[in-house]
Amino acid sequence: MAEPKTKYDRQLRIWGEQGQAALEKASICLLNCGPTGSETLKNLVLGGVGSITIVDGSKVEFGDLGNNFMVDDSSLGQSKAKCVCSFLQELNDAVKAKFIEEYPEALIDTNPSFFSQFTLVVATQLVEESMVKLDRICRQENVMLIFARSYGLTGLVRICVKEHTVIESKPDHFLDDLRLNNPWPELRGFADAIDLNVQDPVAHKHIPYVVILVKMADEWKTSHGGTLPSTREQKREFKELLKARMAATDEDNYKEAIDASFKLFAPQGISSDLQQIINDSCAEVGSSSSDFWVMVAALKEFIANEGGGEVPLEGSIPDMTSSTEHYVNLQKIYQAKSEADYLVLEERVRNILKKIGRDPHSIPKATIKSFSKNARKLKVCRYRSIEDEYNNPSPAELHKYLTDEDYSIAVGFYILLRAVDRYAANFNHFPGQFDGGLDEDISRLKTTAVSLLNDLGCSGLTLTEDLINEMCRFGAAELHAVAAIIGGIASQEVIKLITKQFVPMTGTFAFNAIDHKSQLLNLC
Amino acid sequence: MDRIEVTNLNRQFLFRLEDVGKPKAEVAAKRVMERVSGVNIVPHFCRIEDKDIEFYNDFNIIALGLDSIEARSYINAVACSFLEYDSDDNPREETMKPMVDGGTEGFKGHARVIVPGVTPCFECTIWLFPPQVKFPLCTLAETPRNAAHCIEYAHLIKWDEVHSGQAFDPDNPDHMKWVYDEAVKRAELFGIPGVTYSLTQGVVKNIIPAIASTNAIISAACTLETLKIASGCSKTLSNYLTYNGVEGLHTKVTEFVKDKDCLVCGPGVLIELDTTVTLKKFIDMLEEDPKVLMTKASITYHGKNLYMQAPPVLEEMTRSNLELPLYDLMDKIPKDVLHATGTINKDDKKSSGLRKLRVVFKGIDGVADMDMAGGA
Repeated sequence: MAEPKTKYDRQLRIWGEQGQAALEKASICLLNCGPTGSETLKNLVLGGVGSITIVDGSKVEFGDLGNNFMVDDSSLGQSKAKCVCSFLQELNDAVKAKFIEEYPEALIDTNPSFFSQFTLVVATQLVEESMVKLDRICRQENVMLIFARSYGLTGLVRICVKEHTVIESKPDHFLDDLRLNNPWPELRGFADAIDLNVQDPVAHKHIPYVVILVKMADEWKTSHGGTLPSTREQKREFKELLKARMAATDEDNYKEAIDASFKLFAPQGISSDLQQIINDSCAEVGSSSSDFWVMVAALKEFIANEGGGEVPLEGSIPDMTSSTEHYVNLQKIYQAKSEADYLVLEERVRNILKKIGRDPHSIPKATIKSFSKNARKLKVCRYRSIEDEYNNPSPAELHKYLTDEDYSIAVGFYILLRAVDRYAANFNHFPGQFDGGLDEDISRLKTTAVSLLNDLGCSGLTLTEDLINEMCRFGAAELHAVAAIIGGIASQEVIKLITKQFVPMTGTFAFNAIDHKSQLLNLC
Repeated sequence: MDRIEVTNLNRQFLFRLEDVGKPKAEVAAKRVMERVSGVNIVPHFCRIEDKDIEFYNDFNIIALGLDSIEARSYINAVACSFLEYDSDDNPREETMKPMVDGGTEGFKGHARVIVPGVTPCFECTIWLFPPQVKFPLCTLAETPRNAAHCIEYAHLIKWDEVHSGQAFDPDNPDHMKWVYDEAVKRAELFGIPGVTYSLTQGVVKNIIPAIASTNAIISAACTLETLKIASGCSKTLSNYLTYNGVEGLHTKVTEFVKDKDCLVCGPGVLIELDTTVTLKKFIDMLEEDPKVLMTKASITYHGKNLYMQAPPVLEEMTRSNLELPLYDLMDKIPKDVLHATGTINKDDKKSSGLRKLRVVFKGIDGVADMDMAGGA
């Protein structure tokens, strides 16, 4: 057992060897290594990311010792990037760590091509103007980007990627793919060979519920013109029929069948989410289409042909009360169909690749197989540019948020974070940043916020006095605990983007440390 | 009382490879004090139950990074034991000992603030925790269907058959390898795929996947709440935050309500006694009382040991109290609060616990009607 593998055991159980390999190949650039940036990077370094490059032009000051764990007394006066880099290197010597003593704004303005070498850029504590520019650059260079900001008791995280496709979304709870309402010949054959009325009580209670439901569904169909239970009354009646077949009260397999009967009543065909994906214009593929869309195109064909309206079978079945023999045989039947469906899909993928002028073997089998099994769970995430978000706001969404008690503080903070950047552009400091003159700052911030609300198409609405006062009280301070939360969230999203597993947040995360009613705002 | 393991290093950033094997408390304290001046951390390398209850009373806030329901239950009972109620059955603010608790599992986690007497305590919301999944014995013994069944068969059934007397030690690699080999054999016998060494460890040790990011989010949320309580800089979380980062990001705050009949943070289990009842009889009664169900109880009264089951020195010193009337031992006060620590037997599970007992003596002048509030 190699050392590094043991160290990563607890995370390998989440994203597996493939996910870990993707992390170890990734190169991350961090802009600004104050607490927010440092905390983000710390989690990535611990996880074994390939390489990090820290860009920060500042020197360590006394105040930094109060909010950044990655610098200490001996760092005073030195380059912050250098000190943070050396602390992070200690956490994991497998990570290649570099630093550049430079202000991110300068790089953004004078050397945009610097960013093209990275897999992903983590940009922290940047103001609006820089965010717009950097977003433009990264989109151009096809580099993933994520913004993270901590400000007093608030903060935000915002992914900036044109498109991110996910095959292995690994949702928490997802219906298994049993096809009880549409059994294929082999499954039907298996069920036919088992007699529900077997005399031996042990055998009776070890018939898996899949078989019970398939057979009972058939019985129902013969007496109901070929249709399955659809009304509430019919579904209840069906469950009663199941109960009546129980030979004893301890027959767990029948209890499971009753509990699982809803799977039989589920509608056939594909979900609306998947429908949207296969109808997407990107599914009309050409030579520059990504592997994902090529496979979607093949999936579309499969659904319309061999699938009969369904995707390739996923292939796994949940545990259920059963004799070992029945269970293992049932598993093999599901696995066989899953494999057969996959082979059809694979063939279609190769044909499409040929058609668009690509090497038909350029997409690996393992990828197509994973796509085939995860077909019901595919996700496509798109994020509009910061520029677009600012120039074309969503007044309807904002209106909804501002008038909803659960959202009002989070969206209030989102607006105020933009307002303080405008304020700082006008007055060269953040409201409340310096002692004295707080009243004037409050009133100026209020005016700035009103004007911003106008620009956002929400001129009728206001932010509460309390919230504006709070924002000034914060004085643009970067608190370590808040930075750690924001950094934790940002790092988690980075991992999802790099491993291409799990679904990244689709929205701007507005953090509310006051009562923790943070929200994901649908503005991007 | 944990020691550092290699598998901690993907997220527990205060530890380095050379620290493996050392006590977590000591290394963590040292590393933080090295980097942050002006901070004083005293490590205690021991179990939380090893400390006197009064030890915990010294602190203003208790922050929890525990990994089991039992441990949380214990410390919750300790913090709630300090809570006193006034004659109107209102909790007295100066006896409230706030706790901040957090926990994580993969991409999910929770953080909560417990203020005994105000918010629900851990016991008030114990129903939040679903019972742990246990495979039925007949599945393991007769109809295994998946790899986990084969593993648990080797771990829970075959081990004892072959090693009768010797306890299985999950941290012993030879023991683990034995279980793995047996699980593989069983899986082969039944034609079941999927037994790997990694899965074997996961099932036997109930390994919870863990990553740096989720832990950072939850621990920082707990820190934030602790800082708010300490400094008063903002209102605190009210009172339970759940977090799920599997699909996008979901945070939810629920304001759970305190159970006024809670045996732990409420005014205490009401026990009515005659003034003649001896301490020994009282201790025996606790075993049968359905609201207590405690065996081998040690009793303290306002910090004074009335009877200690252990260690032998204290047992000898307090043994003579057993024959005395409890009424006398409680300074002949008509009603007051006692604390009992011992083994609680609930739902076939034994765990060490602490209970607050509100003792009312019958037939004393001045106690005209029985105090029935809260403990019935």
